[in-house]
Amino acid sequence: MTAKHRIGQGILNFIFVLLCVAAVAPFLLLLSSSLTEEATLLREGYNFFPSKFSLESYAYLMGSASKITKGYGITVFVTLVGTVCGMLMTFLFAYPLSRRELPHRTFFSFFVFFTMLFNGGLVPTYMMWTQTFHIRNTLWALIIPGLLMNGFNIIMMRSFFNSSIPNELIEAARIDGAGEYRVLFQVVLPLSKPMIATIGLMIGLRYWNDWTNSLYYITDENLYSIQAILNTIISNVQFLSSGQAIGSAYSAANLPSVGIRMAIAVIGIIPILCIYPFFQKYFVKGIVVGGVKG
Amino acid sequence: MAKTAAKPSKKKGMKGTSRTSLALVSMMIPGIIYLIINNYIPMAGLVVAFKQFDYAKGIWGSGWAGFGNFTYLFKTRDAFNIVRNTLLYNIVFIILGNIVAITVAIMLNFLKGQTNKKVYQTLILIPYLISMVVVSYIVYGFLSMDSGFVNKMIMAFGGTAISWYTQAKYWPVILTIVHLWSGFGYSSIVYYATVIGIDSSLYEAASIDGANVWKQIWHITLPGLRITIITLVLMAMGRMFYSDFGLFYQVPMRSGLLSSATDTIDVFVYKALTQLNDVGRSSAAGLLQSVLGFIMVLSANLIVSKVDSDSALF
Repeated sequence: MTAKHRIGQGILNFIFVLLCVAAVAPFLLLLSSSLTEEATLLREGYNFFPSKFSLESYAYLMGSASKITKGYGITVFVTLVGTVCGMLMTFLFAYPLSRRELPHRTFFSFFVFFTMLFNGGLVPTYMMWTQTFHIRNTLWALIIPGLLMNGFNIIMMRSFFNSSIPNELIEAARIDGAGEYRVLFQVVLPLSKPMIATIGLMIGLRYWNDWTNSLYYITDENLYSIQAILNTIISNVQFLSSGQAIGSAYSAANLPSVGIRMAIAVIGIIPILCIYPFFQKYFVKGIVVGGVKG
Repeated sequence: MAKTAAKPSKKKGMKGTSRTSLALVSMMIPGIIYLIINNYIPMAGLVVAFKQFDYAKGIWGSGWAGFGNFTYLFKTRDAFNIVRNTLLYNIVFIILGNIVAITVAIMLNFLKGQTNKKVYQTLILIPYLISMVVVSYIVYGFLSMDSGFVNKMIMAFGGTAISWYTQAKYWPVILTIVHLWSGFGYSSIVYYATVIGIDSSLYEAASIDGANVWKQIWHITLPGLRITIITLVLMAMGRMFYSDFGLFYQVPMRSGLLSSATDTIDVFVYKALTQLNDVGRSSAAGLLQSVLGFIMVLSANLIVSKVDSDSALF
């Protein structure tokens, strides 16, 4: 029995090690390519282990590329501002929805639900932001469209308030004379920290990884985030290899070398990989709560 | 006397309530404004699909086109292609994705030991955290013609290098692998949350009765997962007309030669709008997606609410 058990556990562990390697090894290809000397890379191709180790790609990024530094700054700024505003707006919207005193509660709930069922899609959205709000080539374009708040987060947070904040606590605070805003920030907020952290991580991850808003609304290179820079490199590579570039201003010299491209991708994911282990439980919680309905 | 005493108190109560309502509603103002602008105005803008759009006149000023944009869309081969691709990829993703996720969740449940379990959960979730742009760099590292890892392997074993980015026939498989790779950790954890909720005394009773692991899975775990599986599959079917824009736009590196196998409705709407400058077909495809998507979500939800009302969205 125990021997049989141990074999079973061994096999299971082995399978999971394989799955984990499958999940993580592709990143190793990226990392190793960014750490390989350029000439070797061109000759031998991408490999899981650098046959000739070199930090030249990173030295180049540190030294000359103010574009990368700027892109990093924009990504960090947009992520911070967007996440803080998004968390605050979600929190402020979800709390009243959980309260029986809210007038027209059913209407407001439907108002949120309907955004999860139906949407205008890209064409009207794009036209509204560019033609009515003139958002093109502004920092607003990276913060506001689509990412600030969404129905799923609101519903997730509302369910949390309904199930985890005892009504008596709110009543007691109100009898003590606290106004609604004081109740919210002094009683409810401290109890909601895990939920706020979960939603904050979900929002923050989407901001950090977002490249669509740059694709739709940004043409000014000064406003390129890290993801937008990576995205532009792909377009240019494609443009060059398609042969349309002959005789145009584009040339291979304008493109970062292969190793540098991979290095940009690596520095784009490193902050996520560094933060993630510490917040893993909040991520898992968000997935579990949001998964079925999301 | 009693009347006058009652009156002010009632008034005070009323005032208290209305102040409460006012405060609660005031909290929602930023969110209401945002949802109106970000979600509701574009819904109204869907009318552009019935217009002969002219940038100078805007959506409301442009003349009507009736169903002209739709007939134009369906005259071209693109319409058939993008709808077929979107639906087929979704069907394959739903079937394979759920099989993989359920298998991993069940294996995770049978695994003993807290530390290794946590390490595995942490690692398999990593691909989900990465943007599709970066994923497309990784895929390029594997599939690049001259220096990709896969071609180097093929050549090391004496084969000839394959030009992955110019041959459409490989891409249904490649995109399915990339999709499974990036999403399996996420969906496994969703299922795992349900699996650990199954009463463990059921397993004990079964093993006393002599049921082996396979029988336990068949008679306890899978029935326990039934409602979650139905819910997740139906919800995914509700999104049948949508696709992961990043996966289909970024990962094939925008290679025009692949578009017959990689263009979905979302990719087409974007390309037609920004590259072909064809607002008519783009908005027609977008409207179809929104309306069909709406019908699918409503029907899926209707069925879910019959199966298990707690899992339904409304």
